[in-house]
Amino acid sequence: MLSLYVPGRSLVHRAPAGLKLGLLAALGVALFLTERPAVVAAVLVVVLAVGLLVARLPWRALAGQVRPVWLWLAALFVFHLVATDLRTGSVAVLRLLALLVAAAVVTGTTRVTALVAVVEWLASPLRVFGVRPARIGLVIAMTLRFIPLVAEQAARIREAQAARGADRVRWGMAVPLLVQVLRMAATVGEALDARGADDAPDRRSRPRAAVAP
Amino acid sequence: MRWRRRPPTDAGTPAVTPAAGIALRDVGHAYGDRVVLAGVSLTLGERRVGVIGANGSGKSTFARLLNGLVVPTSGTVRVDGLDTRTQAREVRRRVGFVFQDPDAQIVHPTVAEDLAFGPRNQGLPDEEIDRRVEEMLDRYELAGHRDHPAHLLSGGQKQLLAIAGVLAMRPQRIVFDEPTTLLDLSNTRKVGRVIDELEQDVVVVTHHLELLSGFDRVLVVEDGRVVADGAPGETLPWYVARMD
Repeated sequence: MLSLYVPGRSLVHRAPAGLKLGLLAALGVALFLTERPAVVAAVLVVVLAVGLLVARLPWRALAGQVRPVWLWLAALFVFHLVATDLRTGSVAVLRLLALLVAAAVVTGTTRVTALVAVVEWLASPLRVFGVRPARIGLVIAMTLRFIPLVAEQAARIREAQAARGADRVRWGMAVPLLVQVLRMAATVGEALDARGADDAPDRRSRPRAAVAP
Repeated sequence: MRWRRRPPTDAGTPAVTPAAGIALRDVGHAYGDRVVLAGVSLTLGERRVGVIGANGSGKSTFARLLNGLVVPTSGTVRVDGLDTRTQAREVRRRVGFVFQDPDAQIVHPTVAEDLAFGPRNQGLPDEEIDRRVEEMLDRYELAGHRDHPAHLLSGGQKQLLAIAGVLAMRPQRIVFDEPTTLLDLSNTRKVGRVIDELEQDVVVVTHHLELLSGFDRVLVVEDGRVVADGAPGETLPWYVARMD
């Protein structure tokens, strides 16, 4: 999500974010309605085709989403070989692979703003309880924005501590990191004020991408 | 050049007229018991005003007072007649603010999305938001980075994005709080050129004195007071001599 969007003008890119998220959710349900490996494998092939041929996403973009979890998938497969059978293990792994790739296609073809707008739209009924959907969207966007920044700060603190002889840094970095994050949070709060975040009107219409593709 | 604070000229009359710009009247600010500004009375009507002073002198608090991010604990700050204490939202629409660290100012994950943030908060139609985003991307050579994650930009590009994000809101004035402190020489000069080319009135707080050479007026802040106020040709050499 942090940097997964791949600019493009394909049919998949231009499809509404709400539709893509809806189809992803439906796929998640549908894949658990079948136990036939051939069907699940076929779904995986179709999802890959949509991602690579229709959306024209680079292979790297899809593989990059699978790489962090391949060990878990392998472990799951081995577990099923021991605990159940080859067929069940194949279905379980193919199912998760298909969902992972489908999610990668959605995030690779949809701007964060558009995804956040869907969340805001979905949260709009909560207005009756005093919830401001725009705030929820902003929190999600800012979380995605600041994760790499906090990671950078953590790396800087690790370097600073290592430079002063603390080679095995574990919990020792928590306090300075917390101090830096809180300090930054104060400035970010000011920036939000300065940029009119308090004035933001709640989105009442159906969501759309905030910036033209 | 005035070596003492300028006395208020508008006592007994409506604080300022719309043309008068930003007016501070006997402004003070304290964080708890720590007084960071005291007795500041002046009117900023010039196109380009610089603010200099040592670390901890009160410059950043002074800058934040100008668009209502900080409200004075005594006295009043008015922007075109609007009181920053009671009309902060309207003031912030008129006075943009660029922070020292662009990373704290960029709140959306990608460049174009962040540019759209301010205009969207202003409730502008989607078409107008798109138009302003395109304009800013082109103007600051960010078009090639439209969908790039903001955290992967260089320091100079981040500061340009922060400035563009403010300009997309079309403020009448912009306050810069040490916009070049984190930049190398090349990017400092680039940001300096960008500030020079702005149509808006600007107030620039900085340690880079060369940025202020063409300015109309420079204030020197020391221990929470404006101790010098005049043309850069007079105030800058005086300040440099005082720092030696």
